[in-house]
Amino acid sequence: MTAEPIEVTVEEDRRSDAFLSVRDLRVHFPTGDGLVKAVDGLTFDLDRGEVLGIVGESGSGKSVTSQAILGLHKGSQAKVTGEIWYNGQDLNSADEKDMRSLRGAEIAMIFQDPLSSLHPFYTVGSQVSEAYRVHNDVSRAAARKRAVEMLKLVGIPNADRRYDDYPHQFSGGMRQRAMIAMALICDPALLIADEPTTALDVTVQAQILELLKNMQREFDSAIILITHDLGVVAETCDQVVVMYGGQCVEKGAVNDIFYRPEMPYAWGLLGSMPRMDRDRQTRLKPIKGSPPSLINVPTGCVFNPRCAYQHHVEGDRCVTEHPDLLETAPGHAVRCHIEPEKRREIFEHEVKVDL
Amino acid sequence: MTGVDVENSEPSAAADTAAIEDDSLLVVRDLKKHFPIKGGLFGRQVGAVRAVDGVSFSVGAGETLGLVGESGCGKSTAGRTVTMLLEPTAGSIRFDGREIAGYSRNQMRGLRRDVQMIFQDPYSSLNPRHTIGTIVGAPFRIQKVKTEKGIKAEVQGLLERVGLNPEHYNRYPHEFSGGQRQRIGIARAIALQPKLIVCDEPVSALDVSIQAQVVNLLEDLQNEFDLAYIFVAHDLSVVRHISDRVAVMYLGKIMELTTRDTLYSAPMHPYTHALMSAVPVPDPEKEGRRERILLVGDLPSPINPPAGCVFHTRCPLYREVLTDSQKEKCVAIEPGLDEAAPGHLVYCHYPTVRADVAQAEDIGVTTAIEAVTVVDETGDPKESPASADQEK
Repeated sequence: MTAEPIEVTVEEDRRSDAFLSVRDLRVHFPTGDGLVKAVDGLTFDLDRGEVLGIVGESGSGKSVTSQAILGLHKGSQAKVTGEIWYNGQDLNSADEKDMRSLRGAEIAMIFQDPLSSLHPFYTVGSQVSEAYRVHNDVSRAAARKRAVEMLKLVGIPNADRRYDDYPHQFSGGMRQRAMIAMALICDPALLIADEPTTALDVTVQAQILELLKNMQREFDSAIILITHDLGVVAETCDQVVVMYGGQCVEKGAVNDIFYRPEMPYAWGLLGSMPRMDRDRQTRLKPIKGSPPSLINVPTGCVFNPRCAYQHHVEGDRCVTEHPDLLETAPGHAVRCHIEPEKRREIFEHEVKVDL
Repeated sequence: MTGVDVENSEPSAAADTAAIEDDSLLVVRDLKKHFPIKGGLFGRQVGAVRAVDGVSFSVGAGETLGLVGESGCGKSTAGRTVTMLLEPTAGSIRFDGREIAGYSRNQMRGLRRDVQMIFQDPYSSLNPRHTIGTIVGAPFRIQKVKTEKGIKAEVQGLLERVGLNPEHYNRYPHEFSGGQRQRIGIARAIALQPKLIVCDEPVSALDVSIQAQVVNLLEDLQNEFDLAYIFVAHDLSVVRHISDRVAVMYLGKIMELTTRDTLYSAPMHPYTHALMSAVPVPDPEKEGRRERILLVGDLPSPINPPAGCVFHTRCPLYREVLTDSQKEKCVAIEPGLDEAAPGHLVYCHYPTVRADVAQAEDIGVTTAIEAVTVVDETGDPKESPASADQEK
C-alpha cells in the first residue's frame, strides 16, 4: 500500500458520466423532540451495470436514502437537500409528475417488509400487473400474461393459479418474490433493493441473488442493494458504502471494505459476526453500546461513543471535531481521525488476526 | 443400532442411538404436529398440514441443540410443541423424567417454571401497554413465586443481569430499541430460573453488532444457570456458534442430527450440503470461487409430502448422481434417521460426506468431490461474480 494519503475530500463536483450521482444528500425530519438527521451529507456515484451496497445497522439512514432517491419524501415534512442526478436529471428538484413516470418504470424498488408493502385487499397478481399497466398501455389480459410470466421467473410455482391469491396466502419468501416480480416487470434501469433477502431462507436467498445478478447482467441495469448482511455484500456488490448514524463512514470497492477496511466501525462489523468460513470463535466480539440517536448525534465523530480505538488520536479530536470523509487510496474513503498509516497498522496487527 | 424402518415403523423404535440419549433433560420421540384442514359442507377434516412429522431428539442439561432449517420446515412448530404451546398430535415428550405430551394447560402451568421461551420478534412479544417491570415481573405473579425482597427488586436485578438499566423499570416497550427489547424478553424467560429455554430465532431481528451482544448474553446465562437451549434459527453461522449439537430440518423431519463440529466439517445429507453452500461468506474472493448447490423447485406442500424420501424431489444427489435402480429406493422407501457414522444421524439412503461445502478455512473450497456434481438451476455455467475481479 502506498504511504501518502491523498487528502482530497470526496464531495467534489458530480461526475458527469455517472449514471446515478448523489451529492451531499441530507434528509432531516423535524419532529416534536427535535430535528432527526436521518441522512446527513451522503455522496456517491453509481454506474450502469454496477451494484452498490449500502451497509449499516437499522437507523443508519440506509432506507431513508433509498426513499429520497425515489422522491418518496416529497410532500412530507422531511427536508431533503442535496442533489440526486439520474441520467442528467436532478431528482431532488423534479416535480411529482416526473417522479411518477420514473417510479416503477425506470427506477424500481423492492421493499424490506413484503407483508406491509403488499395491499391486503388486492390479489398479488393484480398488484403485480398494476405496475405494468400504469406504465404500459396494454390490456388487462396482456398485463396478466406478463405478470404470470414474471411470477414464474421469480420462482412462484403454479404462477397462473397463484396470481389470484391474496398476500396472506403467500409465504414470506413468496411475497418477497412477488415484490421482486413487481419491481422487475418494467425492466427498470435502476433497482433499489432494500434488504431484499433479509426475510428469506438462505437457499431462496441464493436463488434471489442469482436472479438479481442475472437480471442485472441482462439489462445492464444498476442496483443499489441495501443490506446489513456483509455476506450478501461480498457476494453481489462492486462498490460499498458503509453508513453509520446517517453518515457515510467508509466507502470503496468491495475488496477495499473486506480486505483493507480502515474505519473502526467496519472492523467492528466484520468482527462481530460469526463466520462459517473461519474456525469457530469461543466468543463473539460485539461492538459495545448501541447505535446513536439521530436527534442527539454525538459531537465529533458519530462513532466515538462506541469506538475502541480513540486512544490512537491525540487529544479529544474524536469528541470535538467532526472528521471528513477523506480518500485514503484511489476510490477508498474513510471518515476517521486516526492517521491512515496508523489505521492500516492497527488493522494488520490487531484487527485482522481476530477476524 | 435400531433405525426407523418404514415397513414396520414403531414410534418407539425411532432412534435408539447414541445421539439421542434417554436420560437427557428433554427427550422427544417421534413427535408429530399436524394441523387439520377443515373443509366441505360440515367442516369435516379433509387433510392435515404435517408441520412436524416424526422428529426425535434429546437435549441434555446445560446443552444447546440447534434446530435449523428453512421457513416452513417445522422448526418453530417443533419448538412450540415441545413447550406444549401447541398440543402434539402424536409422540412423546419426556421432560425431566415426566411424560408431558398429554398434559393439560393446568398441569403445564406448573411446568412453565422450568420451560420458557424467547420469541423472535421483540416488538410483538412484549405487551405495549405494560411497563417492562410488569412484563418481567409477570412470571413471579403468575407462578405465585415468593421473592425475598419483593418482585420489584427481583425484576431490577434481572434487568441489570441482562444489561439493562434497572431504573427503566417503569418504562414501556416502545421506549427501547430492538436489542434492548430482546433483552427484556430474555429477562422474562430467565426470571424463574428455568431448566430449558426454547429460543425461537432470538437474534434474527437484530442488527449484526447487537446480535453478537445477545448471543454472548445467552451464552453467559447458560453458563451461569446451567440452562439448556433449543436454539431455533435459520442462520447457520449463528447456530454453529452457539450450538453443541445441531438438527437440520426439512418438511417436518430431521434430515441430519449430529454434533456441531461434525455437521459443519463433514455434512452427509444432500440438503445440508445445499444449505451450507448457500450461506454467503463475507469474503469477496472466496465468494467468487465458491460453487453453490442451488436447489431446484420449491418446497413440497406439507399437506401432501412426497412419497419415499421427502427430499427426493429436490435432491441434487437424486437428480445428478444416482442410478435408476438406486433412485427407486428413494421413491419407494422412506429412509430413517439412521446412524451413518458414530453419533451422526442422517435421513438418507446414500449419505455422502462433502467437506467442500463446509467452508472451513483449511479445506480447499475448490476441491469438488467427484461423486456429486454441482447443479445450477438454469443450467448455465456459473461465472464468478463481477465483484470479485472488478477493482476500480
